[in-house]
Amino acid sequence: MAGPMKMRATATGGTTEVRVLMTHPMTTAQMKDQPLHFIQNVVVKQNGKTVIEAEISQAVSRNPVFSFRLKGGAKGDKIEVSWVDNKGESNTIETAVA
Amino acid sequence: MTRFSATILVLGLTAIPAGAQDTKKEIQKYQQMIAEGSPVELFELEGETLWKKPQGPNNVSLEKCDLGQGPGVLKGAYARLPRYFKDADRVMDLETRLLHCMTTLQGRSRDEATKRVFGNENQPSEMEYLSAYIASQSRGVRLAAGNSHPKEKEAYELGKALFFYRAGAWDMSCASCHGEDNKRIRMQDLPVLYKPQAARPIMATWPAYRVSNSQFKTMQWRLNDCYRQMRFPEPKFASEATNALNTFLTVTAAGEPYRGPGTKR
Repeated sequence: MAGPMKMRATATGGTTEVRVLMTHPMTTAQMKDQPLHFIQNVVVKQNGKTVIEAEISQAVSRNPVFSFRLKGGAKGDKIEVSWVDNKGESNTIETAVA
Repeated sequence: MTRFSATILVLGLTAIPAGAQDTKKEIQKYQQMIAEGSPVELFELEGETLWKKPQGPNNVSLEKCDLGQGPGVLKGAYARLPRYFKDADRVMDLETRLLHCMTTLQGRSRDEATKRVFGNENQPSEMEYLSAYIASQSRGVRLAAGNSHPKEKEAYELGKALFFYRAGAWDMSCASCHGEDNKRIRMQDLPVLYKPQAARPIMATWPAYRVSNSQFKTMQWRLNDCYRQMRFPEPKFASEATNALNTFLTVTAAGEPYRGPGTKR
């Protein structure tokens, strides 16, 4: 079971600022007795249209936080962020731009 | 890398106080950066789920738990703890009160409820999640721990005495580290916690997430770990001593708007 996610999206005149938190152990293969387990892909959609496709490595910390700015975006736009990890587990969160 | 060598050059040319100022600024910058990337809200979410989850032999949630502002009232409750509770006839901080609710409301045994009070990075404890959620409901509320009831005053005095009490294998007291201005250990400033101006920003940001070990830490853990570092015997969870120290520190910090749960290095 994937843990909770949290997201905030705010319109700041011409751009939309998005901040998203993910619960994930993000374990590397370097630790003893801990299987490699990390988020591999992150996809960001704006009103259903994919705007970011990212590949994430093991170098990213546990419980990662991502902040980024999207061009355009008005209040009420739907922003969707989803991730898939190397075990095929995934989670999605959707929020409206405030 | 360029900025790093520039800092060294400045250090070489100017007097020590300017260098110390520089270091302080860099530490502040670092602290701001980690605060911006804080996953504290995830712990708050999990804490809310736990608060509403029926548990124990009575199969009830903690939603009827009275944290001092009436059963189930969370807004501003954390900012007014520790305080005296008539039903338990003692001064209680947040975790002590939660433990009280777990044993009385949920019917759980003290042993079971305290089996795992401090978690680890793979599995945070129930207390840690709950503290994150409850403390978050006091954001912006000024700290006002109980300081009027005779038992509260007694706790304050006991806490103060404990703060300066030297003992243990290394003959240390809290004041050995937190009793002098301008001291730090590596990147950590050591606040002079018996002085209000130093205690205020600290007490207003605990409990907190620590980025260095990816764990959410409570005040009971903080006090426990200080005693471990001083090589004292381990204090009991939710004991009179830890509650007294917490009372002393929070009363000293009175008036500061709560802005936690914080993020520490």
